[in-house]
Amino acid sequence: MSGKEELNQPDKEQTKPELPSSNGRREALKTLATIPVLGAMAYGVYQKKKTEHNNKLAGSIFNFEASPTVMDRQPDGKTIRLGIIGFGIRGSQLMQALGFATPAYIDNLKEQAKKDTQNTRYKDFLEQENLNVEINGVCDIFDVYANEAAMAGANVNKEGTNGKFDKLPVIYKHYKDLLAAKDIDAVIIATPDHWHGTMVIDAVNAGKHVYAEKPLTWTVPETYLVADAVRKSGKVFQLGHQGRQIEINHRAKEIIQKGLIGKVTLVEVSTNRNDPNGAWVYPIHPEANPSNIDWKQFEGNPERIKEYMDYMTSVGAAKYVGPDARDKFSLERFFRWRCWWDYSTGLSGDLLTHEYDVMNHMLDLGIPASATSSGGVYYFKDGRTVPDVLQTTFEFPDRDMSLLYTATLASQYNRPRKIMGTDATIELGSTLNVTIDRASQRYKDKIEKGVIKPGEPFYRYASGKSIDALSSATEMYFAERGLLFSYVEGKRYNTTFLHIREWLECIRQDKKPSCGIDQAFEEAMAAHMGTRAYLEGRTMYWDAEKQVITRG
Amino acid sequence: MSKSILYSRSQLTSLVILRVLIGWYFLYEGLTKIMATNWSSYAYLRDSKGVFAPFFTMLTDHPFVMDVVNAINMYGLTAIGLCLILGCFVRYANIGAIGLLTLYYLSHPPLIDVHYLIRPEGSYMWVDKNLIMLCAIVVLMLFPTSKEIGIDRFIYRKKLSGN
Repeated sequence: MSGKEELNQPDKEQTKPELPSSNGRREALKTLATIPVLGAMAYGVYQKKKTEHNNKLAGSIFNFEASPTVMDRQPDGKTIRLGIIGFGIRGSQLMQALGFATPAYIDNLKEQAKKDTQNTRYKDFLEQENLNVEINGVCDIFDVYANEAAMAGANVNKEGTNGKFDKLPVIYKHYKDLLAAKDIDAVIIATPDHWHGTMVIDAVNAGKHVYAEKPLTWTVPETYLVADAVRKSGKVFQLGHQGRQIEINHRAKEIIQKGLIGKVTLVEVSTNRNDPNGAWVYPIHPEANPSNIDWKQFEGNPERIKEYMDYMTSVGAAKYVGPDARDKFSLERFFRWRCWWDYSTGLSGDLLTHEYDVMNHMLDLGIPASATSSGGVYYFKDGRTVPDVLQTTFEFPDRDMSLLYTATLASQYNRPRKIMGTDATIELGSTLNVTIDRASQRYKDKIEKGVIKPGEPFYRYASGKSIDALSSATEMYFAERGLLFSYVEGKRYNTTFLHIREWLECIRQDKKPSCGIDQAFEEAMAAHMGTRAYLEGRTMYWDAEKQVITRG
Repeated sequence: MSKSILYSRSQLTSLVILRVLIGWYFLYEGLTKIMATNWSSYAYLRDSKGVFAPFFTMLTDHPFVMDVVNAINMYGLTAIGLCLILGCFVRYANIGAIGLLTLYYLSHPPLIDVHYLIRPEGSYMWVDKNLIMLCAIVVLMLFPTSKEIGIDRFIYRKKLSGN
């Protein structure tokens, strides 16, 4: 402590040293002088709480208890024996969601974790809930992939190279042999689009439950056949639109159903990518050659090919077929099949379907009354026939609304999904944002009272947490970036994992999955209408009575 | 108490005001954290930058550690605030405040070309408000007032008389 001589003493008035208990009142005053400050603080906090309470009443409009989105697991459910058809990029991801990965993949995860302590993918994979399945058969027409799939299936302990593996699943050369196997209850189909429909039909007819990658079908005629076959079989079918499992979508659906955003007249969804991989220019495997690829099987089911060729030639779209002959071996076509209509459904089937299904989930759209499309190959002029820029507009006159899908594979500018209502607009990105409309009648009072600031996001929701006008700027900021919630939730789920898990539980509990054959049929028809509108250059209509696509 | 400083009235008043204002700031920061539902320092720590960032982000990996860190922030800030305002155990409150402010400064140093997700409300280079407040508290430690104005007056007087 400094002595008094160190002090400058500018004022004449000085506090005189007090004698102990010289003046009791004065003493008490000096001791307790600052206590009133606490009173001021208490008053301020009270006032703030009061304002917050009023605001909370307004905020709670959106802050309701939502129904749970994850199915309860049946205790002691039976082990489901699986077969995997197709082990390309998506097939390997689906197997990872099941808890099976190649040793090389595990080595890579370990490496990543070693390099970056923040990277928890290896830990997450180890801790992923066990789905109680076994892989008994795999099939891929590229031998290298088939062997990798088998290794993944045997890797029950999630180990890297030199780990201990279970017995290898049977490798089938043809998917029909896999479907005939007695020790397989259910199959996962992750093949190119032109095989989806045929394989689903064959699988349910063979008595297997099916999880199939989107889109449901490649041609319009087969769509009816698939729907019939699945419905008649009574097997559990799930289409791979894992967007059904996104929690914020469930909340958005409830907000819309409660009428909180008013009448919806316009929905905007989009795809934005800007890298070769996103544009389907996938790497060509260095070991691939005609001797280890079953090109004949790759070509497709002759009936489907005939349906496709009949349609393309009848509408003058023959220029989109080929240009290579179907029986000509091509590594490029094998690994980058999405770039050609001969195997692919283009942006419509690959990415529009995801967006459409998300909106079908939220708004129960069914099949649109009409579709128009435009676009072209504007950036990836690499010989592909499917467009890399596509706009499709769906009309729903019964609902008085339009759905606009716009896509480019040459810009990844992030555009959230927008559901635009007369009272508010929902934006769905990594979080759900609700912005109240300035002209809203529903919220007029609250806007006038200043409780709601129109034009600014009024309510946010991300991963189980509501962020409203009361949340701190920090919380909002992090919510927008989806960073806050790995901790709050404690656990982050992969939506593909949840979607497969739901399918497996539906098999065990004999329930209907969220993206079953009805939703799949709607998705397929909507996408086909968009595709046909593009190929034919005119509007396509849906005749709901006859259940057919017409040209008006 | 022979070493206690003899202040002029205006010196004492301004030092007490400074103490109370800093106390107010701490108290309200603590109270808002206590009153908020599920407040966590997680986001702040994850956003750490600079040499010590790995240490601060490492804390967020352990839920138990996070609970402790959160409790220290919520109740520590509140207690420090109360002590500074009331002038009670101010010496310890000052030490606590210096500790917390040092940690805040080290986790979010205002370095050149470093951007935080939570943007500061001003423009800073090397020196920010945490650092200034830290220095203000060092000053308050060197020029104590709670034995003049505050409950320490009572506490320490009693101790003295007890001796």
